[in-house]
Amino acid sequence: MTYDPDVKYQKSHEWARKDGTLFTIGISDYAQDSLGDVVFVELPEKGKVVQKGEAFGVVESVKAASDVYAPLSGTIVEVNSKLKEDPALVNREPFGAGWFVKIQASNPTEYEELLSATEYEAFVKGL
Amino acid sequence: MGTNTQRFRTVEPFIWELSAQGRVGASVPEADVPEYPLPGEVPLRTDLPLPEVSELEVVRHFTRLSRLNYSVDTHMYPLGSCTMKYNPKVNDTAASLPGFSEAHPLLPEDLCQGSLELLYQLQTALERLSGFAAVSLQPAAGAHGELTGVLMIRAYHLDRGDTKRTRILIPDSAHGTNPASVSMAGFTAEQIPSDKRGNVDLTILRERCDETVAGLMITNPNTLGLFEENIEEVTAIVHQAGGLVYGDGANFNALLGYLKPADVGIDVMHFNLHKTFSTPHGGGGPGAGPVGVTARLEPYLPGPIVRAAGREAEQLEGWEAGLITQKRQGPQRNARDSRYTLFYPEKSIGRVKAFYGNFGVLVRAFAYILQMGSNGLRAVAEHAVLNANYLKHLIGKRYRIPYDRPCMHEFVVTGDVAPGIHTMDVAKRLLDYGFHPPTVYFPLIVKEALMIESTETESRQTLEAFAEALLQIAEEAASSPDLLHEAPHYTPVGRLDEVRAARDPILNRRQTEKLEGTR
Amino acid sequence: MIPYIPHTDEDRKVMLSALGLKGVEDLFQDIPERHRKPLIDLPPSCSEAEVLRELKRMASRNTSAEEVAFFLGAGAYRHFIPAALEAIVSRGEFLTSYTPYQPEASQGTLQAMFEYQSLLADLLGMDTVNASHYDGAAALAEGVLLAYRAKGGERKTVVLSSALHPEYIETIKTYVHPFGLRIRGLDEGAWKPDELGRMIDETVCCVVVPFPTFFGSLVVYRTLCMATHEKGALFVVSVDPISLALFEPPGSYGADIVTGEGQSLGSHLSFGGPGLGIFATRGDLLRKMPGRLAGVTCDRKDRNGFVLTLNTREQHIRREKATSNICSNQGHVALRAAVYLSLLGKTGLRKVAELTYRKACYTAEQLGALPGYKVTTPYPFFREFVLQCPIPAEEVMCRLVERKIVPGLPLSRYYPDRKHDLLVCVTELNTKEEIDRLVYALKGIK
Repeated sequence: MTYDPDVKYQKSHEWARKDGTLFTIGISDYAQDSLGDVVFVELPEKGKVVQKGEAFGVVESVKAASDVYAPLSGTIVEVNSKLKEDPALVNREPFGAGWFVKIQASNPTEYEELLSATEYEAFVKGL
Repeated sequence: MGTNTQRFRTVEPFIWELSAQGRVGASVPEADVPEYPLPGEVPLRTDLPLPEVSELEVVRHFTRLSRLNYSVDTHMYPLGSCTMKYNPKVNDTAASLPGFSEAHPLLPEDLCQGSLELLYQLQTALERLSGFAAVSLQPAAGAHGELTGVLMIRAYHLDRGDTKRTRILIPDSAHGTNPASVSMAGFTAEQIPSDKRGNVDLTILRERCDETVAGLMITNPNTLGLFEENIEEVTAIVHQAGGLVYGDGANFNALLGYLKPADVGIDVMHFNLHKTFSTPHGGGGPGAGPVGVTARLEPYLPGPIVRAAGREAEQLEGWEAGLITQKRQGPQRNARDSRYTLFYPEKSIGRVKAFYGNFGVLVRAFAYILQMGSNGLRAVAEHAVLNANYLKHLIGKRYRIPYDRPCMHEFVVTGDVAPGIHTMDVAKRLLDYGFHPPTVYFPLIVKEALMIESTETESRQTLEAFAEALLQIAEEAASSPDLLHEAPHYTPVGRLDEVRAARDPILNRRQTEKLEGTR
Repeated sequence: MIPYIPHTDEDRKVMLSALGLKGVEDLFQDIPERHRKPLIDLPPSCSEAEVLRELKRMASRNTSAEEVAFFLGAGAYRHFIPAALEAIVSRGEFLTSYTPYQPEASQGTLQAMFEYQSLLADLLGMDTVNASHYDGAAALAEGVLLAYRAKGGERKTVVLSSALHPEYIETIKTYVHPFGLRIRGLDEGAWKPDELGRMIDETVCCVVVPFPTFFGSLVVYRTLCMATHEKGALFVVSVDPISLALFEPPGSYGADIVTGEGQSLGSHLSFGGPGLGIFATRGDLLRKMPGRLAGVTCDRKDRNGFVLTLNTREQHIRREKATSNICSNQGHVALRAAVYLSLLGKTGLRKVAELTYRKACYTAEQLGALPGYKVTTPYPFFREFVLQCPIPAEEVMCRLVERKIVPGLPLSRYYPDRKHDLLVCVTELNTKEEIDRLVYALKGIK
């Protein structure tokens, strides 16, 4: 199980990678492992405005479907169209090519409230 | 994908692969009226891509397909909460009597008194078994009954001007249909945890019950096979908060003749006639999900329901008008004299389907009730519960039982009998032993759940053979785990790749052609 | 002795003693004592012969469509059912199996389901057909809910053709009520494409039409379908599958959701049930559609097999967020339809539809020529038409029943002001002799 130290997490297992006020969002290695083989990812339209904690998409395996929650508020400015063709990217590279969306944050300080890799790892081990 | 030109390797070819131009599988009469040209105004069909297969080839094709199935008629089928009991053949004979099978639903009432009488008597029988004031036979399946019942709960509150009630509570052991039905009826579903004994957690239930609760949906016995020990307290808490209690009747087989659900505070419940009352599951349906209600919900029932009319009928309620009269009182008080009529309840939620329900299924269930009688139905519950407890006793030595108290008609064990072995492995290995597996990974509150319902129709010898197979599998799990991981070995196909099916769905003929490329 | 409970006294003794119990009642101690083992006021068990005698008595109180000249349809149709169909579908392996959740033990059911999906997809001209809904009415109601969801729940008006089956309209009303959807078209009595077209605006999630109409009319919807799409709404058609052997299927003019009643494909009238809810969508609605789907996959040896797929749409996984609560469906009725379409095939189904069309034309021509009678369904129509009678249609019914003819459905059953209208249905099973008998009998009623 890997915990990318360069991103921050929330307890519903999404991560956010900071690049100025633009944030890339995905789900953690732990999340993809618990789901099993991802067969489908439902993503929002570009331009959708989301609030922190709001469900913006769904990730599905054959046995489960989980909502994906925004770790920050803002506007979805990009979605990962490759997931439509190859949802298994989420399993193979959860912190890389398997990203979900990019959010232009309306309140970038929300990032600071997220868990560090160490904190998230401790949280996962307590589950 | 486009480059894959390999032929599909199915065990049995598709029906369209048997097609040859010019063949027919059925004869149609020649025209005995003059020809009328097809209309020019409506675009005609240019191609009708249906197969052309001879009758014999169609018969062989589907017969061969049928032989790839496990079924109650061929195998023990101990699916938990599905009640796969034997389906008596006389029920099918009854449903195919031309008076029933060729009766049109919109016949004038005078011409379909037989159907109406049957519906009336079935309504009455279900009322008497459950203690409810009225029954509608319209819902076509259990989940359809749930939707009907929850819509009635909604109508009841709204009718009283009580518009704040938006939440319905559901124990965490419930079937998925419960929360799905709640959503379809416009409510919010809210989960209530179970306590250590598998009952509804009363403290939490009390906390959650307030003036925004429309009701509680409860399955009793629950999906752990356990009778809710505090059932009267549970219903009282909900009632005190102004809510109503929905009973999911999936497990009513355990209670036949032992408890009328209305007596313990259930306000509305569906019956699964295809479970409790022995009608065949047909590979997925049709079922029937009548709903019973207490008097205060009666005005909201979906219409129509059947009523007996006239002086004669007032004296002779339901059963007295039928068989029982002939036996006990002689033919002078015969049902032939009573008249049955369709009735639309005053504040009905409306129809939930066309016509009157899955009538053919209702005939089968009625035939079963008639044959079993009050004593037979009580014996059903007794033997279903005895069988489940005996089986639990036989396999409990080797399989963990997470909630270990006397069960009702079913019980839950866990399939992780050896390191690295999962419930699915045990389930698939059972196929090699000639048994259909139990329900797996349900209820969700037990990890690695195997949910076993043996039903009353299995003999002691069959139960023992099934237990023996499970014990042997537990041995194999320890000694040769790969035997389980790779199971099943003796079925027409091995373990199938569900991930592949979901990633690139192939859901019809045209999509197979796309995959096969040049074929 | 009850033949369905195999336990001998010895069995019970062995089992109870293994459990350390005196009697089986010990296992029911959790049930509150004051309610335990109540009196059940039903007669005692009886024999199979007695059951059949009693049920035959009841069945004999019905008028079977086989014993009269039968011209009643209105949503439940009598077409010929080949003997081979009954032989196939009554096999216990099909009849007494469960939903195919364990695919290795259910390949027969799954492949038959896949073939049903394929045959129907071809007949309707649609992409995806599910493994069935309860009946035509419930399928249509779920179709409306699908359209509402697909439009994000933001468009809250549904345009309904007033020429839909009245019981389907009632069912839709029940299903959409919790979502506060507004229904247009009914009060206005709209059913013609231009009438319906005028009602579509940005609040409309779908337009719902029948083919043929409840009154038998064949309506061309291509333009209406385009107009619906232009306003961003979905086009939903409730079809009679047999008519599609002759006429352009809704898929070819761009319908988004097609539902229908499939009872006419090899199932008996059976007093209105079990029916077969046909449910079809096109491509991008797949992930939002309700109901089970069989799909193709492989096992480890690369052999093809079938599984239930895209299950995350369904209640057992997605629970309160599922696309529907449906679990049990009408699987065995769908099997009947698959076998029916296989037996009739390309030429047989077309012949059935042609005969049905022709005979309805012949009947309408004969009846319309009778003094005092008028066929009011505009040409063209399929299988059914409305006959205006000189006296109330219910009286016509009463008088013809005496002569062993059920002449149709008096429309006053659904439309109290249409007292003189009779909906007449003719299929390939109505012989010319029967039709002429109907004509002769009506001639005498003025």
